[in-house]
Amino acid sequence: MLTSLAGVLFDGFAYGMLLFLLSVGLSVTLGMMNFVNLAHCTFAMIGGYVTVTLINQAGWPFLATLPVSFVAAAAISVVFERTMFNRLYRASDLDQCLLTIGLVFVSVAVAALIYSTVQQPVQLPSYLRGSFQVGGVTLGAYRLFLIVFALVVTAALVIALEYTRFGAQVRAAVDNQRMARGLGINVDGAFAITFALGSGLAGLGGSLAIDIVGLDPSFALAFLVYVLIVVSVGGLGSIGGTFAAAVLLGISDMAGKYYFPEIGSFMIYLVMISLLMWRPAGIFGRRV
Amino acid sequence: MNTPAGTPALSTSGLNKRFGSLVVANEIGIALPQGVRYALIGPNGAGKTTLINLMTGMLQPDGGHILLGGEDITALGPEQRVSRGLVRTFQINSLFPHLNPLEAVTLAVCEREKISRVWWRTTAGYRAAVDEAYDILKSLLLAPVCTRETRELAYGQQRLLEIALALATRPKVLLLDEPAAGVPRDESTELFTAINSLSKDITVLFIEHDMELVFRLASRIIVMVSGGILLEGTPDEISADPRVREVYLGGAHG
Amino acid sequence: MSTASASGFAGPQQYLEQQARWRTVEIVFWLCTLLPFVVAPNYLQLASQIAITALFALSLDLILGYAGIVSLGHAAFFGFGAYTAGLLSKHGWGEPLTGLLLSGLAAGLLGYAVSFIIARFRHLALIMITLGFGLLLLELANSASGLTGGADGLQGVKMWPLLGLFKFDLWGVTAYWYSLIALFVLFLVSRRLINSPFGLSLRGIRENAVRMRAIGAESRPHIRTIYTISAAIAGVAGAILTQTTETVSLGVLSFERSADVLVMLILGGAGRLYGGLIGAIIFMIARDWFSGVNPQYWYLPIGVLLIAVVLFLPNGILGGVSQLVNTERGQRWFGWLTLPPAWLPSWRRGA
Repeated sequence: MLTSLAGVLFDGFAYGMLLFLLSVGLSVTLGMMNFVNLAHCTFAMIGGYVTVTLINQAGWPFLATLPVSFVAAAAISVVFERTMFNRLYRASDLDQCLLTIGLVFVSVAVAALIYSTVQQPVQLPSYLRGSFQVGGVTLGAYRLFLIVFALVVTAALVIALEYTRFGAQVRAAVDNQRMARGLGINVDGAFAITFALGSGLAGLGGSLAIDIVGLDPSFALAFLVYVLIVVSVGGLGSIGGTFAAAVLLGISDMAGKYYFPEIGSFMIYLVMISLLMWRPAGIFGRRV
Repeated sequence: MNTPAGTPALSTSGLNKRFGSLVVANEIGIALPQGVRYALIGPNGAGKTTLINLMTGMLQPDGGHILLGGEDITALGPEQRVSRGLVRTFQINSLFPHLNPLEAVTLAVCEREKISRVWWRTTAGYRAAVDEAYDILKSLLLAPVCTRETRELAYGQQRLLEIALALATRPKVLLLDEPAAGVPRDESTELFTAINSLSKDITVLFIEHDMELVFRLASRIIVMVSGGILLEGTPDEISADPRVREVYLGGAHG
Repeated sequence: MSTASASGFAGPQQYLEQQARWRTVEIVFWLCTLLPFVVAPNYLQLASQIAITALFALSLDLILGYAGIVSLGHAAFFGFGAYTAGLLSKHGWGEPLTGLLLSGLAAGLLGYAVSFIIARFRHLALIMITLGFGLLLLELANSASGLTGGADGLQGVKMWPLLGLFKFDLWGVTAYWYSLIALFVLFLVSRRLINSPFGLSLRGIRENAVRMRAIGAESRPHIRTIYTISAAIAGVAGAILTQTTETVSLGVLSFERSADVLVMLILGGAGRLYGGLIGAIIFMIARDWFSGVNPQYWYLPIGVLLIAVVLFLPNGILGGVSQLVNTERGQRWFGWLTLPPAWLPSWRRGA
């Protein structure tokens, strides 16, 4: 009983780490520019497909594909941002939703065209397969790797945000954009870089997600809901909030599926709605 | 609601507000007698708009009271203060871009008369409301453009529409936040006429930087500096006072 | 409604009356909805589907186009009405009209309850709550398979003849009459609502919610009212779908359905009452044609279209058309369509 609980917590935490990587970019860019980018998971999907292609077509080792998927997702996001998104920063929520949903539709169809709709297989290196037994609990090696990786990334993000000049600019822009501009901070430039970084992280998350949840064109839309839940519950622009919400959602989802399989995702949605009603700006958010 | 003669139309006592260490309202106490035209002047950042926000309920004070015609309204929300007759206009136009002036003012009249819940009769069927809206627009010389969308109006006309919207609520006390702000010289005469011809039943307090407007329209002036009231008096008293000169460093701003 | 009025200004009340009158182009439109009976009798089932979807899009326009509420979960009410109608029939009451009214009422009650939450939030929180609510209802329907039939859908829906005379047959004649009349009646209700003081308040809320407070208007009761009405109309649309097809499945509650209707409304142009109708017609016909060609990649042109509409045609097709008509040449050629026909009497309270 206790070992299964520990197992659920472990798997849930790993899943939460994945959600964090997928969501943190969206949270910060939403907090900075209030730009509702529903195409965020498209970049995750792109990262995933880059990894799959490199492994299956070019025989690359799994870990080597990760930086490439990061860069590819970031680069493609920059193209979209410069050509389409930057025209809509002052537009209504609805317009931003619609444009980015349109982009999701196009990307899903293009992915289906190129890769078909079947789930993509991925070959993990041998040292990431298998599991460890710790006190009767089975800890998957891959999930362990995922947790460690995500924690390292989190630490790097927090350090960058708190101790670098660029990080200070980002924090200022999230807090009060007008004031930041007034102080001479190049908010647009900082946003472009932040956007690229966030999308790159999503791409990374997409690659890492293949072994856990699988990859097919519907990824861009299916995971969007979870990412949006994490972001809106955690609070826009808050790394800590996103982390907490991701862990909460990851463990709740895992626990729900394990202990109450009949009700499915019902609890997740109910919890989200309740949390948002209690705190519309998210648990750690500051603006509505 | 009839207020006994002698009760100030609007008064505050001990009004306080601070944001952290920044004091934006410091023990503000004023009393506006009915029907008087008051100007509120002071340098930028003195807290004039903040005072209006506090009076209308857009901002909650840390302490103090606001009385409208003798009734304590400190705990009431903005909508309730409006229905009791305390109305404001905005320094930066806050209008309905795609409605035309006729629709906008009719909307205000319908809300006042509580007929805005009706969805089974057309607006055109409420002749009294529509005619009243049109009369208000006529009095502000907006009748010729009343069917053009608000965003297509000249800036001066939009400022007049701000006042029209406020008048549609039948205010007892009207707070005008820089009505002439941004209005070019050639359009400001209509604005002046409009404010000057406001009914004597309405008590008016207006914030202005245009000293010409202030001295022509106001019968009393309040000077605010750094969240507090410096002094209050007739236009002659104010213009003669050396402290006011010091605060303004040179007098009229355009 | 275009702001281009007839020559001269006769007076404020006359102007508003004029704005609310029926235009020639509207009469032409509704006459054309009768064409399928004559021109395409084999496609009446599709025509019913279009009418139902158009009604659903109309309900969304009331909250989105006129009150500015962005909802990603409006299918919740469509599906709720659909399942109510199905369950009524399955448990013995197959009379269409009363079933329709009861389903609309049920969806309206649900909308009323939800509206208390909806009216309190804006921006991302509101979008997420509507999305979450839609998904919630879908999960509920899926889990409660004893009641709803779950993924297999509801079995045993059998409708009695309409008015005791007209059977719902495979040819779809009854179905199309039924859907079309329901659409027209509810359209009339919506049109009257838009031209009422309430409609004016909604537009005020959409344009500038802050100013509404400053003129003493409380927005929340208005939002609750329109959300309830919109939910009821969406429920009626769902009920008609159940009754004319004699099936209900989980698809009526899906996110796809909510997203599709949003796309149709944006395509046609929100806030113009006819935008949802036009969008529904174009979308459904295009999809029907496309499904013969290549159903898998249907969302590719839809995505491109969405992007194009947002970037280049922000008021949808009707917005673009109205811009064209407002030019000099447009007025010469099509101006007569935008005017009320001379032979139509103007009542003091026009529809």
